[in-house]
Amino acid sequence: MSPEEPTAGAAATLSAYRRREESITLAPLHEPLPASAGADEASHELLTLNMGPHHPATHGVLRLLVTLQGEVVREIKPIIGYVHTGIEKTAEDKSYWKVIPVVERMDYLAYYFNSMAYIGAVETLLEVTVPARAQYLRVIHMELNRIMSHLVWLGTSALDLGAISMFWYCFRERETILDLFEYSSGQRMHTRYFQVGGVIEDIPAGWAQKLRRFIKLMPTRAEQYGDLLNRNEIVLQRLRGTCPLDAASLLALGVTGPLLRAAGTPWDLRKAAPYCRYEDFHFKIPVGTVGDNYDRYAVRLAEIHESVKIIEQALDGLPEGPHITEDRKVALPPRHELATSMEALIHHFKLVTEGFRVPPGEVYFPIESPRGELGCFVRSDGSSKPARVHMRDPSFVNLQAFSKMAEGSYLADLIATLAMLDPVLGGIDR
Amino acid sequence: MPDATGLELIAQELRETGHGVLDTLFFRDRASIVVDPADIRSALAHLRGRGYAFLASVHGVDYHPVEPRLGVLYELLDMTRVDRLTVKLRVASQAPEVESVTPDWPTANHQEREIYDMFGVVFRGHPDLRRILMPEDYEGHPQRRDFPIGGEPVIFTHNDLARNDPAAREGVRG
Repeated sequence: MSPEEPTAGAAATLSAYRRREESITLAPLHEPLPASAGADEASHELLTLNMGPHHPATHGVLRLLVTLQGEVVREIKPIIGYVHTGIEKTAEDKSYWKVIPVVERMDYLAYYFNSMAYIGAVETLLEVTVPARAQYLRVIHMELNRIMSHLVWLGTSALDLGAISMFWYCFRERETILDLFEYSSGQRMHTRYFQVGGVIEDIPAGWAQKLRRFIKLMPTRAEQYGDLLNRNEIVLQRLRGTCPLDAASLLALGVTGPLLRAAGTPWDLRKAAPYCRYEDFHFKIPVGTVGDNYDRYAVRLAEIHESVKIIEQALDGLPEGPHITEDRKVALPPRHELATSMEALIHHFKLVTEGFRVPPGEVYFPIESPRGELGCFVRSDGSSKPARVHMRDPSFVNLQAFSKMAEGSYLADLIATLAMLDPVLGGIDR
Repeated sequence: MPDATGLELIAQELRETGHGVLDTLFFRDRASIVVDPADIRSALAHLRGRGYAFLASVHGVDYHPVEPRLGVLYELLDMTRVDRLTVKLRVASQAPEVESVTPDWPTANHQEREIYDMFGVVFRGHPDLRRILMPEDYEGHPQRRDFPIGGEPVIFTHNDLARNDPAAREGVRG
């Protein structure tokens, strides 16, 4: 604005700034802005705006360099690495069973999935058979984790759209899940419950009853969330039709998980390539139609219902038997054996000092995390420490699609899209 | 997964179309093909035509001390037949250079940057080859096996002060 304008604005005629403001329409802007009449530089001047790394709407320590033309996003450059802690490097210096707690800390909302991907790769290398009860317990915990992750996503995303009460509702249910985790493993987060060959302990007495109460309640709660949000005018205005991306572009960018399913591709590794006995359970894959932000929201909300179904079936069909493999070369012997068996004592000593050795080879083990394909690559050189651990984290790959999604839309939609993208920076930076 | 025979057929097909196939591996029901680094882009393009249309992951490995030391692994996925295939290549640690596949597979963009950052493999033709996780002025490639663990100074202002100002350094020590 030129300095003369305020005096001119006092008169009946509108200032150049006001005229420009009134010319803004709320039409979708997927094509370049028309060149404004005359040499009005200000309306098509590009502005580079730095968002983050400390910004509540970036869901972590994510920095975005946003190029704006007026209010329209022209380009987004994500800058990451602020919480890079070198977990993959750390893992190379630990014996196989000690890697589990460090990889759990990558994607901090999907710790059961991180450990499952890693353990799955190690179990494939070892060719160890996992008892059915352990697989079912893993499925129960992973699906609880998926609900928990989606609850955190829903709560924080609603917060970004201005709805604070959703946050409290979602965290109320999340708290119940964390209580269940604490009950079965002693920890609320990063539980180290999954072990190579099974799970560390059988579920304690009363856990199943508490879980049953929860899975009875959860669908009602999820429906309540739907009632609050599905036809909410603000939610519809912010999400419906904003920042869609078609399935072909998503696949080219490597996007998986709810984002891909929202665009109508029913790709879910639990169905396509079942692991961990997922083939035993009946569930549906929710898909969207157009792949806009509303579909992304709706798919995740529907997934909560499907996860509850899986937990119910796994709990009903929970087989009897051991919770961890009987192979003493891989899993610790039960505590009581140490008092009577020399053999058990030797195994125990070997496992906690050196750890077990893994035959040399390379394995990539993909699973379906709440955010998409979570693949763990483990290379063994025959020693008791992995020679390479790499996580193909879905947040890291999905983030590449963000610029494509949000380009040409308004800055406010960028916030909503980032929320619907559901990135977890611990997983991105590792 | 293709079975062992299927893997050999794919390898044969790649050889016949003029790609250098150095080795095939069938391990734990997982198929992988080691290709000549010079042919990676056309080999992946060929495999895409055979149905492996989704590049799930690109990641690096250091085979220290065996030369050629640095490996780049491409995890391909065929979503219709639900079939996975790993394509591997090895480059020497002296001047490691591979052609980038980002122009064909946009998903490789960040992942190749990560391999460049962590292992120092240079991807020729990458649109924006910069460090991604480590600071831009960082020296060395930390995921290499011979990169030492520990001793990394924490970047806090008081460390900076201590380095530049002897009085402050005394204070820190005291």
